[in-house]
Amino acid sequence: MNGLSVIVKTTTRWVIDFIFLYGLFLTAYGHLSPGGGFPGGVTIASAYILIMLAFGKEKLYQNIGFKTISRLDCTAALAFLAVALLGFAYAGPFFVNFIQKRLPGTDFELLSAGIIPICNIIITLKVSASLLLVAVALSAVRVVPGGTDEQFQAEEED
Amino acid sequence: MAYILCIILFCVGLLGVVTQRNLIKIILGLAVIEYAVNVMFVLIGYRTDGIAPIRDRSMSAAEFISGSVDPFPQAMVLTAIVVGLSALALLTAIAIRLYHKYGTYDITSIKRLRG
Amino acid sequence: MFDLVTLLLLFMIIASLIALFTNDLLSAVIAIGAAGFGATVLFLLLRAPDVVPTHVVVEVLTLIILLRAVVGRETVTFAGVRPIPLAVASGVLVLLFLTFAVMSFSGMPEFGKPSMIANTDAPSRTYIAESLKETGAPNAVTAVLLDYRAYDTLGEATVIFTAIVGAVVLLRRRSRKQRQLPMGEQGGNSE
Repeated sequence: MNGLSVIVKTTTRWVIDFIFLYGLFLTAYGHLSPGGGFPGGVTIASAYILIMLAFGKEKLYQNIGFKTISRLDCTAALAFLAVALLGFAYAGPFFVNFIQKRLPGTDFELLSAGIIPICNIIITLKVSASLLLVAVALSAVRVVPGGTDEQFQAEEED
Repeated sequence: MAYILCIILFCVGLLGVVTQRNLIKIILGLAVIEYAVNVMFVLIGYRTDGIAPIRDRSMSAAEFISGSVDPFPQAMVLTAIVVGLSALALLTAIAIRLYHKYGTYDITSIKRLRG
Repeated sequence: MFDLVTLLLLFMIIASLIALFTNDLLSAVIAIGAAGFGATVLFLLLRAPDVVPTHVVVEVLTLIILLRAVVGRETVTFAGVRPIPLAVASGVLVLLFLTFAVMSFSGMPEFGKPSMIANTDAPSRTYIAESLKETGAPNAVTAVLLDYRAYDTLGEATVIFTAIVGAVVLLRRRSRKQRQLPMGEQGGNSE
């Protein structure tokens, strides 16, 4: 899979940065305007999938390897659990907004609302890494119909 | 009226899952069921001529409380959409493996061949 | 009678019928994309601005994943008459479901009046009224998702993780056992 034509590659080079920036905006301002962790995460995943479709898998592997993506995924899942347990340890019920209870910020600012921006960032990392992982795994297989299991060719991913 | 059309959309998806012979069509039927359920949730929480549940700096509290739509179904739909995508990815992985093993997507042929 | 919501729902129904009962798999996948796009515009009309970017990007990724399974494989579906008892049974099932669903939905409040108006101790009243004071987030949907109902978000992150790990394992090339054998002894069924 070597990527698409020159027009697609040129357009992708220009557009990728804006898509990524929009995903970061949706994540960072998720508690102030429409957005949040989930739209930001899927948008960032779609930016990387656009790189993979337009330039081929090898370019994506030069940028981010398979191991990095899966490690990011697992780290974000564990970090989410850690934030929840911190709420339990500090202020009472499981997953309580302990930062907002202890030191509340001013409303409508970027750094307000307690653990909500932190959780937005963690969810963005988790969702984008997961979707990128499954897209890379789906495109890495070359299927020979009716073959045995040893013919299930895939690119070497480690 | 909108509720009835949404239920009909769900039944179209259900018909697709139950009657089709091609595995990809079954997956498409599940996708239609998912769309119908998500739309139904947001339809339930809609207030006529309401405002989105995002509070502006210039909006007073009474205006927001009396005019906004229900934020609870929208939060549930947000997670349901991403979970649906993951389930669909898993289903497509299973379908690709089945195609590799049997050479066809026809569920009647897959049932008849030995493993 | 024909306001925009009804028209978009009719569009989605027609697109889904085309997607499920056509003979070409590529057209079916494209028609599902049209149905998903109709759902996105519907969400925009129903005042749900958080759901819109999520749904449109997820729908495009669905198209990419489904096209991966469809392109290059056999693209003709299997026409032919289904056995008659099976067709009648499925028709009866769907009709029964439709009847009971319509009967149960007649007890719901009508479209345009959410139940939090009539029901005075609905949780949504608390979410709308107190979300800025208690959580500090003006976005009520994010506040519900990450403060009032954060446990559901934790469960959802786990479900996504499990499903994706399952999909990646299914698409793996060689098992770990085969990778540890020396080169001369590889072969045979690896799963």
